[in-house]
Amino acid sequence: MTPADWIAIRLTAELATVTTLLLLLVGTPLAWALARSRSPLKPLWSALVAMPIVLPPSVLGFYLLLLMGPQGPVGQFTQWLGLGRLPFSFAGLVVGSVLYSMPFVVQPLQQAFEAIPERTLEAAATLRAGPWDRFFTVALPLARPGLLTASVLGFAHTVGEFGVVLMIGGNIPGATRVLSVAIYDHVEAAEFADAHRLSATLVVFALVVLVALYVVNRPRRAAPGAAP
Amino acid sequence: MIDASLQLARQGFTLAVDLQLPGRGISALFGPSGCGKTTLLRAIAGLERAAGRVALGTEVWQDDAQRQWLPTHQRPLGYVIQEAALFPHLSVAANLAYGQRRSGRATRGAGHEGGADAPSASGAFSLDAVIDLLGIAPLLPRQPSTLSGGERQRVAIARALATAPRLLLMDEPLAALDAQRKAEILPYLERLHAELALPIVYVTHAMDEVARLADHLVLLHEGRVLAAGPLAELMARPDLPLARQDDAGVVLHARVAEHDRGYGLSRVVFAGGALWVGETAAAPGQQVRARVLARDVSVTRQRPQQTSVLNVLAVQLESLTTDRGTMLLRLRVADGGEPGTACPAGTGTATATDTDTGPVRLLARITRRSCDTLALQPGDALFAQIKGVALM
Repeated sequence: MTPADWIAIRLTAELATVTTLLLLLVGTPLAWALARSRSPLKPLWSALVAMPIVLPPSVLGFYLLLLMGPQGPVGQFTQWLGLGRLPFSFAGLVVGSVLYSMPFVVQPLQQAFEAIPERTLEAAATLRAGPWDRFFTVALPLARPGLLTASVLGFAHTVGEFGVVLMIGGNIPGATRVLSVAIYDHVEAAEFADAHRLSATLVVFALVVLVALYVVNRPRRAAPGAAP
Repeated sequence: MIDASLQLARQGFTLAVDLQLPGRGISALFGPSGCGKTTLLRAIAGLERAAGRVALGTEVWQDDAQRQWLPTHQRPLGYVIQEAALFPHLSVAANLAYGQRRSGRATRGAGHEGGADAPSASGAFSLDAVIDLLGIAPLLPRQPSTLSGGERQRVAIARALATAPRLLLMDEPLAALDAQRKAEILPYLERLHAELALPIVYVTHAMDEVARLADHLVLLHEGRVLAAGPLAELMARPDLPLARQDDAGVVLHARVAEHDRGYGLSRVVFAGGALWVGETAAAPGQQVRARVLARDVSVTRQRPQQTSVLNVLAVQLESLTTDRGTMLLRLRVADGGEPGTACPAGTGTATATDTDTGPVRLLARITRRSCDTLALQPGDALFAQIKGVALM
């Protein structure tokens, strides 16, 4: 692999890691709120979170570009803060990736939280555990498989991101030129051997990650003699 | 004393109760499903938001007039439900420690090595004692998923007790268990009742559990209190739905007097006299409950001579109620209604009273024909022949 390819791999790994961590931080409370919400607006919130699944990435990227650009409200805000503009920067990619991969983190977490019976949380309350205590000592540990799925899917999905990156990140080596873009470049330049190397790496990566996930999360058989 | 004055309106259901429950012993909330007994228990625990007031002694948990509301985790209660709801990610020992740690109890008693543990300052019983009481020491290292239903329920009860609660709320703790598992847990509940000075509110729709465990009974119907009072008193009331059931009958608080091993019998004494029952494992002096079903009691005007029935008590007929073609008689046991030593009835002597539960009464179910033949009138002095007594 060329040094440029290695830079792209490293950049992709960094982007996916930062995105996943941010998503867990933002997505966990969001998933908890959605799982416990009885609000009539719940379908709307769920739909908003799920939007990136159905929207073409270029649409998401286009609007992000407008929002974060010099004339957009977000762009003006970041400039006012002295942060400059987000498009065509690593930070801009992180913002785009967080939105783009949001459903892949929130949905498994939400399902895991929803699977926890209300009575288990109530039992914790009757054992003197307050709301935060219940969340950290009962809800989170019981949602562990969902947490793992969310992290892996969030990471893997960010690695595979292309359309959004192209729209808001462009192709700056070391800043926004991630793996998928690098592959695109190789193909454009008819460097099929290079494209193959990177593509095959990604295929193996995806397979290994998903197999590992299914192995770790496979339903455990109850111990012998256990009651149903 | 537990005060619960609560109102709650839901679609197709209203709860409106004003209850004072004794601060000791087991109070059973009894009624058909949908009568609101679980909702009431949840409202006392603060798991359900009803309007009104809840207080345990002088400690107010909820008072809407004062805008006072303690969330569940700040109420010193224990709560046990049908499904046990153990934490599946924690071992039995960690399940027990969960509430114990948060209730601010010293952890020094947490082991189960036995030894000399000083009486805990925050509760009348230590965790060791609780583990002992429920017989769960061998289960401590296990995971909840490996426990049987009965074991799970015992752990759930211990987990609730480990917080040193001042009130224990139990919502049909035996309903999910088969008869065998139920029989396995009931003795533990009786020990709980006998050994801990902890008021328990016990929700159930099973009469046998009520007869065996309850001291105080609250009958609920469609969200309202139909009647509340000492168990023996309520079970002897022919006007309540309890008396219309096939297994209607009274509960007598008795004490084992002696065994007659030759005949396989035991004699138990109660405020109204003595009864012969099938030989019991309980030692002489031990308190037992005797259940006498209305259908097992018949009456005669003369003291029966040469009868095979062992138990004959002098009684006074208090009231007659028609029930589905039969007559339900309420009988007051005359003082010293003991077989053989009965004083002549109708002489106006004092009737037997149990210091805890008031006058001792029996119910008898007879045919209307018998009633007419004997020309029974309230106030008549009669003899009750008791064909069957079940010790619990």
